[in-house]
Amino acid sequence: MKTTETPPPAVRQGGDRGPDQAAHAGAGRSGRQPGGEGAALNVFSHGVLVIWAIMVVLPLLWAVMTSFKTDDAILSSPWSLPDGLHLENWGRAWNQAHMSDYFLNTIIVVGGSLVGTLVLGSMAAYVLARFEFPGNRFVYYLFLGGNSFPIMLALVPLFYVMSNLSLLNTLHGLILVYIAYSLPFTVFFLTAFFRTLPSSVAEAALIDGASHSRTFFQVMLPMARPGLISVGIFNFLGQWNQYMLPTVLNTEPETKVLSQGLVELATSQGYKGDWSGLFAGLVMAMLPVLGAYIVFQRQVVSGLTAGALK
Amino acid sequence: MQHGKYRFITGFLALPLGLYLLFVVWPFVQSIYYSFTDWTGLSPEFGMIGAGNYTRMLDDPVFWKSLQHSLVLVLVLPLVTLGLALFFAFMINVGGRRRNAVVAGVRGSAFYKIAYFFPQVLSIAIVALLFQFAFNPDDGMINATLEAVGLGSIQPDWLGDPDLALIVVMMVLVWSTVGFFVVLFSAGMASIPREIYEAALLDGATRFTTFFRVTLPLLWDTVQSGWVYMGILALGAESFAVVQIMTVGPGGPDYSTTVLPLYVYQAAFRDGQAAYATTIGVALLVVTLAFAAIVMRLGRRERLEF
Repeated sequence: MKTTETPPPAVRQGGDRGPDQAAHAGAGRSGRQPGGEGAALNVFSHGVLVIWAIMVVLPLLWAVMTSFKTDDAILSSPWSLPDGLHLENWGRAWNQAHMSDYFLNTIIVVGGSLVGTLVLGSMAAYVLARFEFPGNRFVYYLFLGGNSFPIMLALVPLFYVMSNLSLLNTLHGLILVYIAYSLPFTVFFLTAFFRTLPSSVAEAALIDGASHSRTFFQVMLPMARPGLISVGIFNFLGQWNQYMLPTVLNTEPETKVLSQGLVELATSQGYKGDWSGLFAGLVMAMLPVLGAYIVFQRQVVSGLTAGALK
Repeated sequence: MQHGKYRFITGFLALPLGLYLLFVVWPFVQSIYYSFTDWTGLSPEFGMIGAGNYTRMLDDPVFWKSLQHSLVLVLVLPLVTLGLALFFAFMINVGGRRRNAVVAGVRGSAFYKIAYFFPQVLSIAIVALLFQFAFNPDDGMINATLEAVGLGSIQPDWLGDPDLALIVVMMVLVWSTVGFFVVLFSAGMASIPREIYEAALLDGATRFTTFFRVTLPLLWDTVQSGWVYMGILALGAESFAVVQIMTVGPGGPDYSTTVLPLYVYQAAFRDGQAAYATTIGVALLVVTLAFAAIVMRLGRRERLEF
């Protein structure tokens, strides 16, 4: 999911029960309809599910396998197994093809913009959720509107705004833009979240003499942790995978980020014909997120379907 | 309690709102203004030309092709993606067979949900790049697989064939989005009370009727928001990335895959016609808003509580 997308809102969420338990039922069906429909459906449903699983996994496995092959082997037969682990492909991609630079740039940009998005997003959301003031609704809907407008329309003038501010092709400029385009969903999600928190704790803190900002940082933010984690995962993946914003606003080779750098690599390597190095770079970019997803599966799924939890 | 309230509100809103106004709202407003000028983007001087860009756009065959392809994407992608996702989610949740069970998930449902979700965590740029290689007619895995299963006579040119290129683009977008909706719909289906299924089956409903009479109506809200979401995706960054990375040209061959966001990008940053690009962008905005309004209107029905 990308930073700039509208999240899919509104699903009724009945907890993350597995379908097995959830769908269990004890009524005596077997007496009326023995075998028949059930058996056929069972075979059929397994059939289609397995086919789609293969269609999803096979291209990924193919890329991993290809990244260990020599160029000759790639070009002669796409499905042959590698004749050895050609790890030099990975070394070439990491050093000569600047994958290490792209990784570093991406870590800097995503690190900065993720922290910025969460801090600024929760500040705005808290004020919009818990305080009445003239213009509250207007500001809220202004943020909300950013979810559904086509970003491309804004990017043309934005390019020149950035250019005038000397922010074009800089990492800090990219960080600011990532934050700005992540705010609509972050504010939308966290506003809903802050509304669900009990107000008694904050009131108690205020009565005890804490200032509004101290109450926010020391009382409300810790209470909002689950919401921050969900929206943080959502934004992390969106910003890590971001392609359109850097493609338009960040065209210097030294400041390129991962997905954009990889595409650049494909264009230039295409002429050089270093297919194996390119596949190594591709897999290198894929594996960290896939690995993190497998480890933190439950959190990632709930983070990405965050809008659905509303 | 009210002490310093407004100062606090101002202090907390200033930075996020300022950033948002400067980088998001202001460019949007500007782009609508620019669409009535002859600004090239290359020099600071420009003048108002009224609706000149709009009349030019209506005579521009590339614009009509882009619009047509964007409309195809916005109609076909949600239909195919949500249809497949509903089907898979239903199979995962109630396609299983178990003794004394009315409805049961298939075995390995957890595995399917993990695997199907893989594409969702990958960058669309990486996915597009991967499939650009996979669809390579000579040494990609797709044609090699066709050959391996005995279909060696069918070796399409895929992205090089003007009749197939847009279909390839759509296949990649479907591939990368179905899993998300399978997981989303699965969660929705799991929260439907099993008593409803029991009642349906006691009344003699087949699973087919159960799906259309019970599952789908109870899931309608989710399907509808998924529809809007997929449509915006089909008109937005995703389709831009896939077309720009995968297709020859990009947008080719022979303009067979160009879409509105790509044409905006090319007009502004390749052809040096910034004002004209914003005009196409305004058309994109109109299409997006019209689509959302139509889906909301068509999809309106009584909310079912359970």
